[in-house]
Amino acid sequence: MHIVVCIKQVPDSAQIRVHPVTNTIMRQGVPTIINPYDLFSLETALRLRDEIGGAVTVLTMGPPSAEDALRKALTFGADRAVLLTDRFFAGSDTLATSYALSQAILKIGETWGAPDIIFAGKQTIDGDTAQVGPGIARRLELNQLTYISKVTRVDVEKRKIELERRAEGGTQVLASALPCLVTMLEGSAEIRRGSFVGALRAARAEITTWSAADAGITDLLKCGLRGSPTVVKRVFAPSPRAEKAKQVEVKPKSRETADDLIEALFEAKPAMQADLELLAAGL
Amino acid sequence: MVEKFDCIVVGAGMSGNAAAYTLAKKGLSVLQLERGEYSGSKNVQGAIMYADMLEKIIPDFRDDAPLERHLIEQRFWMMTENAHTGMHYRSDSFNEAAPNRYTIIRSQFDKWFSRKVREAGAILLTETTALELIFDAYGVCVGVRTDREGGIVHADVVVLAEGVNGLLGSRAGLRQPPKPETVALAVKEMHFLPQETIESRFNVKGDEGVVIEAVGAISQGMTGMGFIYSNKESLSVGIGCLVSDYAKAGETPYGLLEKFKAHPSVKPLLEGSEVKEYSAHLIPEGGYKAIPQLCGDGWVVVGDAAQLNNNVHREGSNLAMTSGRMAAEAIFQIKSRKEKMTKANLKRYPDAMEASFVMKDMRKYKDIPALLHTNSRNFFLTYPELVAKAMENFVRVDGTPKREKESATFAAFRKTRGLGGLVTDAFKLARAWR
Amino acid sequence: MSDAPKPAAAAPSRAAMKKELPEHFRAYKHVWVMVELERGHVHPVSWELMGEARKLADKLDAEVGAVVVGAPDAGTREAAAESFAYGADVVYLVENPILADYRNESYTRTLTELVNTYKPEILLLGATNLGRDLAGSVATTLLTGLTADCTELAVDADKSLAATRPTFGGSLLCTIYTLNFRPQMATVRPRVMRMPDRQEGRIGRVVEHAINLEEESIVTKVLKFLPDRSSQKSNLAYADVVVAGGLGLQNGENLQLVRALASVLGGEWGCSRPCVQKGWAPADRQIGQTGKTIRPKLYIAAGISGAIQHRVGVEGADLIVAINTDRNAPILDIAHFAVATDAIRFLPALTEAFRARISPHATDRLAG
Ligand SMILES: Cc1cc2nc3c(=O)[nH]c(=O)nc-3n(C[C@H](O)[C@H](O)[C@H](O)COP(=O)(O)OP(=O)(O)OC[C@H]3O[C@@H](n4cnc5c(N)ncnc54)[C@H](O)[C@@H]3O)c2cc1C
Ligand SMILES: Cc1cc2nc3c(=O)[nH]c(=O)nc-3n(C[C@H](O)[C@H](O)[C@H](O)COP(=O)(O)OP(=O)(O)OC[C@H]3O[C@@H](n4cnc5c(N)ncnc54)[C@H](O)[C@@H]3O)c2cc1C
Ligand SMILES: Nc1ncnc2c1ncn2[C@@H]1O[C@H](COP(=O)(O)O)[C@@H](O)[C@H]1O
Repeated sequence: MHIVVCIKQVPDSAQIRVHPVTNTIMRQGVPTIINPYDLFSLETALRLRDEIGGAVTVLTMGPPSAEDALRKALTFGADRAVLLTDRFFAGSDTLATSYALSQAILKIGETWGAPDIIFAGKQTIDGDTAQVGPGIARRLELNQLTYISKVTRVDVEKRKIELERRAEGGTQVLASALPCLVTMLEGSAEIRRGSFVGALRAARAEITTWSAADAGITDLLKCGLRGSPTVVKRVFAPSPRAEKAKQVEVKPKSRETADDLIEALFEAKPAMQADLELLAAGL
Repeated sequence: MVEKFDCIVVGAGMSGNAAAYTLAKKGLSVLQLERGEYSGSKNVQGAIMYADMLEKIIPDFRDDAPLERHLIEQRFWMMTENAHTGMHYRSDSFNEAAPNRYTIIRSQFDKWFSRKVREAGAILLTETTALELIFDAYGVCVGVRTDREGGIVHADVVVLAEGVNGLLGSRAGLRQPPKPETVALAVKEMHFLPQETIESRFNVKGDEGVVIEAVGAISQGMTGMGFIYSNKESLSVGIGCLVSDYAKAGETPYGLLEKFKAHPSVKPLLEGSEVKEYSAHLIPEGGYKAIPQLCGDGWVVVGDAAQLNNNVHREGSNLAMTSGRMAAEAIFQIKSRKEKMTKANLKRYPDAMEASFVMKDMRKYKDIPALLHTNSRNFFLTYPELVAKAMENFVRVDGTPKREKESATFAAFRKTRGLGGLVTDAFKLARAWR
Repeated sequence: MSDAPKPAAAAPSRAAMKKELPEHFRAYKHVWVMVELERGHVHPVSWELMGEARKLADKLDAEVGAVVVGAPDAGTREAAAESFAYGADVVYLVENPILADYRNESYTRTLTELVNTYKPEILLLGATNLGRDLAGSVATTLLTGLTADCTELAVDADKSLAATRPTFGGSLLCTIYTLNFRPQMATVRPRVMRMPDRQEGRIGRVVEHAINLEEESIVTKVLKFLPDRSSQKSNLAYADVVVAGGLGLQNGENLQLVRALASVLGGEWGCSRPCVQKGWAPADRQIGQTGKTIRPKLYIAAGISGAIQHRVGVEGADLIVAINTDRNAPILDIAHFAVATDAIRFLPALTEAFRARISPHATDRLAG
């Protein structure tokens, strides 16, 4: 079985800083990580491979430094890694990204055999759109299976797959066919650590690096800024609330402080008391 | 099958990177282990980087290393509760083609250094902690065990570049674990400000930078020092004191830092900054007398792990880099002669250190730690207060005749510390310094 | 004209390239909402969107269209009727047994066909699992732009949709346009927009659209649907009162204090992400960027620092109370009231105080 996993290198958003004066994003020195959601997909792919056999190819589109993310994926146990990098891809929105990735997946198929399952992350933490996965599925005309909490069964011979999907208010138990595109739900599978031998292998591995041309992408109008229907017109920092919180004085007895707080709340929002009484009564 | 390398370097800080780079450049097979997510992810430094020691390893480092500002001015401040007496040295001669000292941000600098190490051919495994050294039946170190599954690896020699905590070394009984009296705990914050603000506040332009080092009341009578280093778009602000003192004084490092930042001489410099990154780290303060054995059969120890830190001049990274390089050069010599990595052969490394500035400087200040420790209240509280009083007397114009002012000043010195004490302290300090 | 000096342009951006809309897109009119109907229930986010759609449509002098897709049953009919009550002028109704369960293929085909037939200018979907799954594949099929997770929608002077959304984990906001393509698509999270008032008796036009779907051509089958057991289900997003705990509570057991207070207040309880990561609470209790967005009347955050990723999920609350020992914690930037005290000691007192004030007779029901 051949599985392709799309991963993205993202800035660790907990540490993103906005320039206090120019309001631009300061990426310098911000550590990068593999998009955390992608790890659930990667781990699921690795488990399927361990169980059924075959190979896992990780794919990313990004700057040359995205190699770090790929190497890490190799450390976890992926079998090979492809870096799609070209200045033509700069400024891609989700539509352009899904185009480039889908072309690269076709090329991966030609090179190492057609993939049976393509995994993407549920969403990224920088773009946070959850669109690239579905975009790839459409472009490759694959069955799209998102928000999957569990891949229950894969039958490579019969080209069948069974999974559980998180829906509003419940779980859908689905049967579908290979090849397909799957995005895994967070918490579905914790990423493994990778053995010492695996880590050594990853450190030494050659990473396949493709330009647009290498990946067989000839329609550059579909790539990068030019292939992106959306434009970001304005980036700005959220305006802070005018005044800070009012401190309720802490009395020696917690109960007194609590009563003061409640008094302050009811004073600020006179309707609150009635609302709470109704709620508390279960109405 | 257990893999074997010529050399394993434990740690990817300043000393580990210096060693791994030098070894790999000379063609040895090098495996470097780093427990952090990447090189520099957990490392803390002020940080001033001394160019000369890096030049000896990577001569053209200025081409692409992430350097913040080159230093043209140094300020020493002696602080009381609400004043400071300062000495500034600023010189245009520091605006040279190849400047002597730079501020750096360790996480970025270490990443760059680490890339150089890998480009030189070393293999780096991150998020991999070395748990223990492996010795053979003859007590020769033959490799390490890591925390990854199947994580045993062998080498002719292990370079312990694991920093101040040095768990591996102390676990193997090669050194003492750091004692509260011989390590300082420093805390540091990054304060971000627009470049223009930094330049106007510190009266610099372009890449010029300023360092402020402050002692006195800010450490509440403990042996310690505060610092402010100017980076391109941020200030590194920190303070450190001996670990043993915190407990005695009932102070917390963060409490001290808060007070330091609130000091009227410091506050205006930080005004309006956005604080990001709070970090804490140990600094070896034991001086020459705390330096352990530097080598044994199949191992050497370098950098902070070897307690190589010159507290008087706030030097650590340069000693780390130099010791890493010298250890690597010794290993290379032994290797190229096809000799064994025995303690006797590896002694080339401590010998080279003895002959260099490293040990000469360490020896020069060998008595300072003890002195500052026993006399900390005087050095950090009494004297700054006296000096400030003297300055205040000298500067303030209030109709008191000058002669009266001078005798008042002198009386204050005598009264507070006693003439004998003053003289003794001065004498001791001078002796320790020599 | 071409020689006239251009005004000093800011950094050249693609926004400046905004050109005339291609001829074939000129016919695209009206604002649509995809009504999210699953198992007979409409997700409230659809009505929240209807309120937004109404505002946009009024500015564009256009109609609000509701897309109602489902099996031919009472639930579907009711959703259509409700759409009018919440502001729709037209309902595009597709009834087909194959559409009983949400499946990407059948829904993508249906929505794509509706768009190509009736040509809406703006298409809004909820940023739910269903909405995101569908929006991504419809946008790619139509080769148009899609802005996910918007927090603000507006119509510009030139009548284009300005969709504002957080980026980089909420540290920044950005405004995104879809140039030269139609429809302009956006998804919006539940609880980000206000629920409009329901107008009883309001009606409109129904456009029934028959779609040609065959079960055999749809690869994915729903074998079973396992409904959440209602007892465990958190209703965080729609709760009027939410009490949440963070790392400041020191351990998982202390989350009980939060649950107890929520119970007395008849509200829901939640937590910050690290609590989920530490296994103190299940993932559906997490509030914030990667958890739930809440919009309660009262939000009490105990031992939560208020990191930006948390804040973006709670900023819509009417009244925020922070219980935090640190008077400088970022949560105080958005909180209305703060108590600088140990939450572990304070929560039980607050619970008792509330009990005395608002529910002297109510028995203690355990939330969650
Ligand atoms: C606040 C502060 C300010 C300072 N300012 C200056 C200054 O301005 N100028 C200056 O020259 N020096 C300064 N120093 C000192 C300087 O930072 C150190 O001397 C220097 O970093 C030592 O380098 P090292 O390689 O020995 O240790 P480190 O830089 O600490 O590196 C040790 C590395 O080993 C890794 N490691 C540890 N154990 C293991 C293990 N078991 N397995 C795998 N990896 C392991 C660690 O993660 C770390 O990356 C300062 C220090 C502090 C704390
Ligand atoms: C991609 C990404 C997505 C994220 N998404 C989310 C998300 O959806 N939701 C979320 O919550 N976080 C999210 N986070 C994590 C977020 O950045 C913060 O790390 C997290 O919110 C902090 O949780 P906390 O406030 O519980 O803990 P801390 O930040 O550790 O804060 C604990 C607080 O408790 C206070 N305290 C300590 N003791 C007491 C006491 N006894 N009494 C009262 N107060 C006390 C402290 O002063 C402190 O302010 C995300 C992070 C990333 C990188
Ligand atoms: N540049 C990229 N390279 C590889 N995969 C990507 C890239 N961008 C997005 N993806 C995949 O698409 C998923 C959803 O991304 P997004 O639509 O940005 O939220 C991610 O989790 C990745 O699996």
